[in-house]
Amino acid sequence: MIAPTGPILNVKKLNVSYRTETGYTDAVRNVSFTLGREKLGIVGESGSGKSTVGRALMRLLPSARITAERMDFEGTPLLALKEKQMLDIRGRRMSMILQDPKFSLNPIRRVGDQVAESYLIHFKCSKAEARAKAMSMLEAVQIRDPERVYNLYPHEVSGGMGQRIMIAMMLLTDPDLVIADEPTSALDVTVRLQVLNILDTLVSERGIGLIMISHDLNLVRNFCDRVLIMYAGQVVESLKASELGKAQHPYTLGLLAAQPRIGGSRAPLSVLDRQAAWETPLEAVQ
Amino acid sequence: MTISAGGNAGAQASSAMHHRALKVRSFGGHLVSILVTLFGLLVLTFVIGRMMPADPVRAIVGEDATPDTYRMMYERLGLDRPIWEQFFRYLGDVLTGNFGVAIRTGQPVINDILHVMPATIEMATFAIVIGACLGIPLGVLAAVNKDKWVDHVVRVFSLMGHSMPIFWTGMIGLLVFYAALGWVGGSGRMSGFYIGMIRGPTGFLLIDSLIAGEWDIFYSALNHLILPASLLGYSSSAYITRMTRSFMLDQLNQEYITTARVKGLSQRDTIWKHAFINIRVQLVTIVALSYGGLLEGAVLIETVFAWPGFGQYLTNNLLIGDMNAVMTCVLIVGLIFIGLNVLSDVLYRVFDPRTR
Repeated sequence: MIAPTGPILNVKKLNVSYRTETGYTDAVRNVSFTLGREKLGIVGESGSGKSTVGRALMRLLPSARITAERMDFEGTPLLALKEKQMLDIRGRRMSMILQDPKFSLNPIRRVGDQVAESYLIHFKCSKAEARAKAMSMLEAVQIRDPERVYNLYPHEVSGGMGQRIMIAMMLLTDPDLVIADEPTSALDVTVRLQVLNILDTLVSERGIGLIMISHDLNLVRNFCDRVLIMYAGQVVESLKASELGKAQHPYTLGLLAAQPRIGGSRAPLSVLDRQAAWETPLEAVQ
Repeated sequence: MTISAGGNAGAQASSAMHHRALKVRSFGGHLVSILVTLFGLLVLTFVIGRMMPADPVRAIVGEDATPDTYRMMYERLGLDRPIWEQFFRYLGDVLTGNFGVAIRTGQPVINDILHVMPATIEMATFAIVIGACLGIPLGVLAAVNKDKWVDHVVRVFSLMGHSMPIFWTGMIGLLVFYAALGWVGGSGRMSGFYIGMIRGPTGFLLIDSLIAGEWDIFYSALNHLILPASLLGYSSSAYITRMTRSFMLDQLNQEYITTARVKGLSQRDTIWKHAFINIRVQLVTIVALSYGGLLEGAVLIETVFAWPGFGQYLTNNLLIGDMNAVMTCVLIVGLIFIGLNVLSDVLYRVFDPRTR
C-alpha cells in the first residue's frame, strides 16, 4: 500500500449540467471541497445536487456534462481518465453505498455472490477465495450466520440486513473513499443506528474517507466531522459538524430553525423564507 | 445443548416437509388448471364443429346424394342424437385417439397430421432459432444505445420485418436467392429428384436423411429450408427485438445497475451479467408464444414455397368444410399453446428465485 499523502479528494469548481432543448441546465455549480481521512456530510434538500455530486465523483452520469477546475482523487485527475481506467478505480479504490437495498441488489442473484463479485472484478483469485473473503466481510458487518445468508436472495433479507450486505459489498475491496448516498433513509428507525454504527466502525478502523450524503441534519451533526450545506446546486456553507450551531448562512439557519425539538416550544415551526441571493455560490471554501 | 440441536434439526425437517407439501400442492393446482383448460378446449372444438356454417353430411355424401343417403349418413354421424350425447361421443373419440377420417385424403385425420406436422415443426424451429438469435442481441443493442443511430437502425430494420407481408418477401426472396443467384433451393422440402427416396422414422427430413446417411438429401433439404425459415425468422425477430429492447430498457433504469457499475463492472458485464439475466423470464414467454404462432403454421409462406405443412392442411380443409380435420387441427393448436405455457411456467421457476 502506498502511504497516502495529502487529501483523498481535491475538488475545485465542479460543475455538472444536463443538455436540454434550450441549452445546458446546471445541476451542480462551482462546488469545491477537499476530503482527508474524515467523514464529510453533504446536506441539502431534494434536488439540491448532493447525490449528483456523489455520482459525478464516480463518473456515473453518462448523459451529463461534468467539468471542474480540479477533481483529483489521491492525486489522479479523474476527469482525464478514460472509462477503462475509471473501471480500476470504481469499486476498487472508491465505492458507493446506495439508498435502498430493495432496489440496489440484483433480485435474482444470491446476495453472497453479489458481494464476492466485488472482489472478483478487481483481484485475480479463485471463486472459492472470493467466497471466503465475502464470508468474512459478511461477518464484519455483524451478520451472524454468513453461511446461510450468503445463499439467500435479496427478497429474503430484511432492509437492515440488505444494507449491511451492501456495506460489505462496497468495503470488501478496501477502498480509500466511500460515498454513502442516504444509506439509512430507507431503513426503519430502529435499525438505522445499528447500520450507522457498523459503517462508522469499519470506516474508522480502515481509515477510509467517507462522504455521507443526507437530508438529515441531526444524523450528519452526530456522525460526521465536517458538513457542507448545499442549496440549488451549490455549497452555501461549510463548517465543522460540532460548530453547526455557529452557522452563518440564512439557509442553514432556516433549516436548523425548522427542526422540532422534544420539550421545545409548541409554537409553529418556522418555514424557510427563500431568497434569490442564496443562489450565489460561496467562494471561499478551503 | 443436544436437546436444542435436536429441536433445531426437527424444526428444519418439518419446515422442509412443509415446503415440499406446498410444492406438491402448487403442482396439483397446476395440473387441475391444465385439465380444466383442456376440457374447455374440447368444448370449444366441439362447438366449432357444430356451429360452422358447413354441412358435414353434404361434404361427405356430395351434392347429388339422394335424401335417403343423406339421412343415413346424418344418423351414422350421430347428428340426430341430443347435443350432450354428441359431445360425450366426441369426448370418447378424442380420448381413444379416434379423430375421424379426412374427406380429402380418405385417411384418418391423425395420420394426415402426423404427416404434415414434421414439415411445419422443422420450419418453425429453424425460424424461431433465427428469430431469437437475431432479435435478442439486436434488442439489447438497441436498448443499450437508446436514441443513438444504432437504435434507430435496429428499429427501422425490425419495423421492416414487421410490416412487409411475408408472401411478398417470400416471392422476392425466391426471385433473388433462387432464380437470380441460385444460392438456395426453390419450392418444396427438397429437390423433386429426391422425393420419395426417404421414408424415415421421424418425418423430419433433416433427421431422417442423416439417419439414412444420405448427405445429398440432407443438403438439399437444408437448402430448401433455409430461405423460408430465414424469412419467417426475420419476421418474428421483429417482435422479439422490440420486446427485448423494452424489457432491457426497464432493467437498465433499475438501481441495481448503478450498483454493478459502482463495483467497477464494465458496461458489457453489467449488461449481460446483471440486466440480461433479469429479462430471461420475459424473453422465454415471448419466444415461446412466437414459436407457438409459427407451429400453428405459416400458411402464406407454406403456399409460396409449396411447403406441405400444417398451415396449408388446416386452410385447405377449412375451405372444403371437413369438420373432422378442422376440429383436430384446432385441438392441436390448443395443445401446442397449453404445452408452451407449461414449459414457460417451468422455466419461470428455473430463472426466477422469487417464484420458487
